[in-house]
Amino acid sequence: MGIVEKSRLKSPWILHYDCSSCNGCDIEILACLTPYYDIERFGILSKGNPKHSDVLLVTGGVNHRNKTVLKNLYDQMPAPKVVIAIGACGSTGGIFHNCYNILGGADKIVPVDVYVPGCPPRPEAIIDGVVKALDKLKHLQNGTWKEPETGPIVVETAVGAKPAPAAKYANAAPAPTLNSQPTNKEA
Amino acid sequence: MVKSTITFGPQHPVFPEPIQFILKVVDEKVVLAEPQIGYVHRGIEKAFELNDPKDNIFLAERICGICPAPHTTAYVRGVESLMGIEAPPRAKYIRTIMNELNRIHSHILWAGLLGDAIGFESYFMQTWNYREKVLDAIEKISGHRVTYAMNAIGGVRRDMTNEQLRGLEKTMDYVESSLENIEDVMKDYTIKKRTQGIGILTEEEARRDGAVGPTARASGISQDLRTSGYDAYGDLKFEPVVVNNCDSYGRFAVRWQELKQSIDLIRQCIVKMPSGEILTKSNNPMNGEAISRVEAPRGELFYYIKGNGSKKLERVKVRTPTFANIIPTVTMLSKGCQVADVSVIVLSMDPCISCTER
Ligand code: SF4
Repeated sequence: MGIVEKSRLKSPWILHYDCSSCNGCDIEILACLTPYYDIERFGILSKGNPKHSDVLLVTGGVNHRNKTVLKNLYDQMPAPKVVIAIGACGSTGGIFHNCYNILGGADKIVPVDVYVPGCPPRPEAIIDGVVKALDKLKHLQNGTWKEPETGPIVVETAVGAKPAPAAKYANAAPAPTLNSQPTNKEA
Repeated sequence: MVKSTITFGPQHPVFPEPIQFILKVVDEKVVLAEPQIGYVHRGIEKAFELNDPKDNIFLAERICGICPAPHTTAYVRGVESLMGIEAPPRAKYIRTIMNELNRIHSHILWAGLLGDAIGFESYFMQTWNYREKVLDAIEKISGHRVTYAMNAIGGVRRDMTNEQLRGLEKTMDYVESSLENIEDVMKDYTIKKRTQGIGILTEEEARRDGAVGPTARASGISQDLRTSGYDAYGDLKFEPVVVNNCDSYGRFAVRWQELKQSIDLIRQCIVKMPSGEILTKSNNPMNGEAISRVEAPRGELFYYIKGNGSKKLERVKVRTPTFANIIPTVTMLSKGCQVADVSVIVLSMDPCISCTER
């Protein structure tokens, strides 16, 4: 592993974009960065610049106005990259599913790799989601990623709770794949 | 002079939420600021008409994840007045406690974000660390950190045990002592330099532009809806916090004193807590119009609710404090501030975009 690959995994930088969330998920993401949960122990820093970031955290459902912003941000991030949908809204539109301005979850616009359900998910669940996404990032980087047969990765949110069937969170859309994404080796 | 245009946002590191300001600048000076909104519009007011009024409580809570308590309080108080019922006294006290806990966590959150905008990272970290204790207290009472769904139509959903009340008292002691730890920040030279005289809003302008909440109170306007005595506020002793600084520092000072005031209000509630029922059940039809106003952490929150006797509501209109505070912010920005101060000025009114656009 070269220095670039190693630093990408040991210190991934996250970009957080609030699509149309209620703030509940956003402040939980911010809470992850602060000393109590301290996501920095994984080397994770929050950056405002998409060109510096490896992990995109999307909160809230996509609406007609911010869909282009989300797409732009995603396109500006260098590959390999992973996208995490935070909260019920980011996954499917959640409680706002019947609002006229909501298109659905983030997977309507960008391919989502990890779903973190909850309204809002606890910071522990968000950290778990990021760690799961890093695993995927590692495989994407090595070109060894295989889509799991059980569908997209969904974080279990409560201790002892049975994970909901993954297809439920996939918004009935075909499971998004990132295999087409160029890895650094190919690029 | 050449005017150039700078777009600030929608995705900007200092704002946790997407809002865009189009700034017209001459050299480093901002001469005009135009807010562009709509990035988080969902259409919640319409969704209020589609759901069952009981489920709407959860929707009202998710208008804003930072202040769920005032939103649900305003909504259930409106529906209660349509139904012609009133919450029992104990429920009113529990509501008041939740509202004040909400104010504490919101103001601490804001103080941290201001530190972040100024570039004082460790202050941001410290305040958010203290805030976790408040969230823990909320979780112990309600079962959730952020969206706690305590209010129900006709009262509250969960009672508080004596043990929880004692625990809450301890948390208040902890929060008070930890706030004293970081109080020096108010006297710090750099913080004063970054906030004093920045974002001036005179009393006249605040009245003209219709500022609400701490933004108005920092401009010398004594306006606090809690003095109208809704819920348990009528039984509690407090005075609205008013300062005359008219700048970002004043808004900081108002919120800092309100933190102490909220701690005091919670203590008063614990002492005076009446016993009895927590829920009035009713199946009365919802007919007519109701207005309900609540003092949220950011200012006056207004709900208009109309029912037509059927199972669903006909119209719900929400007017949030940040909406009222946008015009005053534009006034502050357009006075020729520096580009570097834009983030401090915008944050000083504590914007909450998600509830403004709903
Ligand atoms: S999942 Fe819940 S907390 Fe998160 S943005 Fe949606 S409504 Fe808010």
